[in-house]
Order: sequence, then C-alpha cells, then structure tokens
Amino acid sequence: MKKVAIVGYAQHPILQNAGALNEVELIMPVVHQLFADLGIYQDDIDFTCSGSCDYLQGAAFAFVEGLSAIQTNPPIKESHVEMDAAWAMYESMLKIQMGDAETALIYGFGKSSPGDLDSIISLQMDPYYISPLWPDRVSLAALQARVLLDQNIITREQMLAAVIEARVNSKNNKNALITDLIDESEYLDNTMISSPLNKLDCPPISDGSSAMIIASEDKAYEFTDHPILIEGIDHRIESSNLGSRNLSSSNTLQASIDQLDLNNIKFDVAELHTQFSHELPFLKSLLNLVDVPTNLSGGPLVGNVMMCAGLDAIGKTFESLKENQFKHGLAHATSGPCLQHNMLVHLEKQK
Amino acid sequence: MIQAGVIGVGQTKYDAKRRDVSMAGLVREAIDNAMLAANVEFDAIDAVVLGKAPDMFEGVIMPELYLADAIGAVGKPVLRVHTAGSVGGSTAVIAASHVCSGQFKTVLTITFEKQSESNATWALSPRYPFSPHINAGAGGYFAPFMREYIRRYEAPEHIGWKVAAKDRQNALKNPLAHLHIPGIDEKMVSETPMLWDPLRYLESCPSSDGACAMVITAQDQVGSKNVAWIKGMAVRSEGTLSAGRDEVNPQAGIDCAQDIYKQAGISNPFNEIDCAEIYVPFSWYEPMWLENLGFCDLGEGWKLTDKDATAIDGEIPFNMSGGVLSSNPIGASGMIRFGEAALQVMGLAEDHQVEDAKIAMGHAYGGAAQFFAMWIVSSSLD
Repeated sequence: MKKVAIVGYAQHPILQNAGALNEVELIMPVVHQLFADLGIYQDDIDFTCSGSCDYLQGAAFAFVEGLSAIQTNPPIKESHVEMDAAWAMYESMLKIQMGDAETALIYGFGKSSPGDLDSIISLQMDPYYISPLWPDRVSLAALQARVLLDQNIITREQMLAAVIEARVNSKNNKNALITDLIDESEYLDNTMISSPLNKLDCPPISDGSSAMIIASEDKAYEFTDHPILIEGIDHRIESSNLGSRNLSSSNTLQASIDQLDLNNIKFDVAELHTQFSHELPFLKSLLNLVDVPTNLSGGPLVGNVMMCAGLDAIGKTFESLKENQFKHGLAHATSGPCLQHNMLVHLEKQK
Repeated sequence: MIQAGVIGVGQTKYDAKRRDVSMAGLVREAIDNAMLAANVEFDAIDAVVLGKAPDMFEGVIMPELYLADAIGAVGKPVLRVHTAGSVGGSTAVIAASHVCSGQFKTVLTITFEKQSESNATWALSPRYPFSPHINAGAGGYFAPFMREYIRRYEAPEHIGWKVAAKDRQNALKNPLAHLHIPGIDEKMVSETPMLWDPLRYLESCPSSDGACAMVITAQDQVGSKNVAWIKGMAVRSEGTLSAGRDEVNPQAGIDCAQDIYKQAGISNPFNEIDCAEIYVPFSWYEPMWLENLGFCDLGEGWKLTDKDATAIDGEIPFNMSGGVLSSNPIGASGMIRFGEAALQVMGLAEDHQVEDAKIAMGHAYGGAAQFFAMWIVSSSLD
C-alpha cells in the first residue's frame, strides 16, 4: 500500500476568546504559514479536507464559511468531515493511497467561547433518552474517572501529576493557552465541578485552528530528506450506550494496538488527545507508554480547540520527531463521551 | 487503482414524517435492505461511512456517535461526512475511496435525514454575526439563478412545469417515493401557488424523512454477485462568493463532470450514458444541469426537456425514480441518485427500469450550487 507522509503542520495560538475573529480569519494565517514554510501554494494541493462542527458557531454549514479562507478558483477537490480534523487527515490519506492525489491540505477550526460547550456537547447523546437530561461533557468524563479510580486503575496522584506536568510542558508550546505553573495545594483547593473532576482536571474553553499538509512518500522527498511517514493508522468506535461499555478498559483501543503491532515498537514520544486529567494515566497504561515522554506540548489541558485537538496531537508528534533525534512517535485522537471513538497514528521518521 | 463496485443498495420508504421509527430505526431500515441486497453479514463490513446534511436538521451533534450501534459500526472505523446538499454523493465517493485505497475490502455507507425532527428552513437561515440575515431557505436562494437562466436563453415558462410533472409521473412507478400524486400533469403544476418566482409549489422538492445505504466492495470480493462497477467518481468545490463565479453554470460542476467522463472513457455523454439520476430539487435545475454536465450546448437544455429527451423512454432519461422532486431526505438525496444509478445498471430498478441500461450517472450538488459529487457506474468492468 502506498505510504503517506506528513510534511507540514501549523497551529494558531490558542485563544481563550477569539472575539470577532471569524473562521476565515482563524484559518488563513495557519494555511498561509504552511504554504510559506513549504514554498508552495493552493495550486500545488491536490485534495483539501477540513473538520469542524456547526454547533460551535451556532449555524449550519460552518465549513462553507471556512472554505473562503482558501483559494477555490479554479474549483478544487475538497471535502469535509463533521469530526475532529484528525479524521479529515484520515480521509485525505485514503485519497493519496488510491492515487487521486499526491498532496493534501487539512485544516480544522473551532470556537468554543461563543456558546455553552457543556449544553452543546450533550447533544451528542441519544436524542430520545439521554440528551433530554442534558448530560454535560464533564459529568460524562467524570463517570469514567470514577470507574478508573474505584477500580484502582489510576490514582488521584496520577491525575494531579497529569495537571502539574501539563503546565510544566506548556513551556515547550508557544501556542499554549495556559502556561501558569501550579502546585499541589492549588490543585487540591480547586472547585469540584463533577466529582471526581475539579476545574483543573478539565481542559480550558479554547478557540483556534490548525492546518497540516500530507503527501505521498515520493512527493514528500521533495520537501525533506527525512520524511515522517504514517507507518500505521487505525481508528474504531465503541457503543453509544455507556451502560454497555466497559469504561475501565477499551476493547477498540486494544484491537487497534494489535492491528498496529504497537507493543513491538519502542516509541520515543507520544501525544494523546486526553482532555481530562484521568485520561492520561489511563491511556498511558493501556498503550504501554509508561516510560515514554507523553504530551510534551502540554496536551489538551493547556489548550483544547474543539475539532482540532486530535489533529494537534498528530501535528505535535510530527514536530517532536522533526525537531529531535526521535524515530517513532504515537499520536491519539478521540471523539465522543468517555473516549468512545479513538484513532491511533504511528509516525516514523526516515533515516 | 483497485476497482470497486456496488453490490447492494437499500432504501427506506420516503415520507414527510416517519413517526414509526427513530433516527436509529430509520438508518437501520436502509442498512438492512442494503445488506440483504448485497447478501453480506455485518462481519463482512470493514468500515462504515456515514453522511448527512447539517446536524441542526435533527439536533444531534456528530450522530455517528449516537448511531454507532444502529449502523453496525461498533468496533470498526467510522467516518462522518458533511458537504452540504452534495453530501449523499460525496459520502458514496468517500466510501468507495476506502475500498480503492486498498485499506478496506468491503464498506457500508449510509446517509439519512429525518427532516420531521426539526425545520430545515430554520436551520438553513441562521443569523451569522457581522452578516445581513437572509431568511431565504433553499428555494429563495436558488430562484434568482433560475431567473437568470430563463433570461439568458429565453426559456418558456412551461419547461419548469414539464420537469415537475415528468419527475412526479416517474415517482408513480417507484413505490418508495415520498410524493405519489395521481393525475399529475403540467396543468396541475401550473395552477399551484408561486413560492419563489419562477418556482411554483409543485416545482419544489418536498421535505422528507428517509435513508439510503450501499455496500461497496473490491473487485476481488465480488464473486458472482450482481455489481455496478464504479468507472469514474469525483468531487469539486468552489467558493460561495468568488469573483467571476457563474452561479447558473458553475465551473465546479463542469470540471467534476469532465473528470468522471475522462475516468470512464466517455467522450459524448449524451450518446454514451444510458440514463442519469441528477440532483434536481427545483424544476429548472434539469435544463441547467443538462448544459452544465455537457449533455448539450449552452441554451439547448430546455429544448431537450421540451422534446421529452429526459423522459424515461427518451434519449437521455433523467430521474427515473422520481428524483429529488419526489423524495428529499436532504442528506440522503445525493446517495439516492448514486444508488438509483447503480440499480439501473444492475437491472434492479423494477417498474422505473430503463431498458438495457448499461452506463448510468449519479450526481449531487449542494451549498450555493458550489459543491459537486458525481459518479459513473457500469454493468461491466471493461
């Protein structure tokens, strides 16, 4: 099967409130930064795909507005997923593998500040029986945190460590929204939102955008002598019925681990789309990453742009491999309540 | 490239309000029909691709999460596509891309809309910050494009009535169609109230609940199954407001059609394509797309319609199933076009079958006539 490489990634500084900046104004800077970095333009892109969510901007067809950020005259081959842009990358990769494209531009954007994210995300659930109860995203995450703590799969100390470490690591990430260091007493004094999750266990409301360019392996060598290939990629969804899921494990992640043979790869770095503190020790254990530097960017706890944060995990892994003497990186993207839908991406830098 | 084909098409009964089923029940009805037609079980499905128009049409965000069980996706990859009205078509293209990439052998794809759960015209008319509020809905948005077509080519008024009557007459041959209007003719259409000049009430599509699913598989999995081979497929997009854009005859539509003709080795679509399911939600789009898709020269489309070339027994039958004018579950409407094209070349279109159909076209468009998805299917691989 044709191999595909990531050749560029750019991220907008993550903002607490982007104010009047619209989709176009968020997307254009990152796309143009990528074009400038690689010395190319839209004419050199064979396929374009984006990820966004209409409900974040409160209007149908958010992606149509976003499309004005790029050149579409002459018309382009373009598509859109109503998912995190990590899945836009997945679709773009298929287009390259089938021979329909050599290069693809991916972008994602989201503004969570204008609305009430808790109410909005509760509309992801079963519309007849669950959504009318308005289950907010923190309470749903708390269900899983409680299960993991009660079954001694993770500890409260690990959750604290995840929060403190995210702040320390934010210094590596010029786009991080939250960079203040905190100590244990500040963590323990914080407001409980939905037990066992307090405010610092949760990601900040964030606005922003990101973009990525991928290319066929052959094409990638035009940009670099050491392309970073998507060596393996797998994503699977679990049941929507929380009561029928085992929240203390993940049989789909286990299937992806086996599919990608991850237990036989020594990873140098990992970036996980862990929006809540308990998810980090849980996934590190599940993915056998206990000794692997993880979320060196600070991860979603220091900036969590909806519809981008999964693509950002892939992009940050790419950056780590590019800038360091690393060979193997693992990225994770997720969607839905309690890690319902997960993608794993194994990136490998070529010698 | 790996060759892919459709081995099963499944649809629901289309209706204004499918109160007998939930959203999950609606999609499952189409999926069960597609799986039965393809004669495959869920363990043969490697990935699921779900498409629908805006989430606001039902009020469920990213419905692949809620529908994971109903669409048989649990434990599998699922992708959710949303490309405006073209989504039913682009979802089919992306599902086929899963197979053509070599990553997957057999893919289930499903599109739906349950318009009765919400109000599409409300969802289509949001107040955008810093923009004037256009409370137009789709018909009001497209009417000026049609007026401009009529002005350019001096097309007579009855062409719109004719398309509307013809598609509803075809719908009488399709038991799944939403609208079955006994005795429908041009006169009946012409006597209905004007909604958005030049469109009268019966020249507009209905608002429907429904779903359409397909099973798409790789050449090496087909065996002795009846198959519609995908000979060409493409998508194209252009910006809403780019300078010099011709909304009546969009360049993205022209480019998309030429792309699939090239892939399928078609040089004269009028002669070489046996029938087509084309996205005509408002009557005047039939002559407009006849021209945009290269079935005739500019200004000649309405003349083809006028001389019955697009009738089910005409030279280039359009919308034998009754088309979007007879059933419009928006997110599925494009896939119904793609699936009905497949049924024609598989010889499974029953009472609305075009005799000896070997090569058929499926087409969908969306946004401000700016997003296009198309494919050519054939009864043979050669």
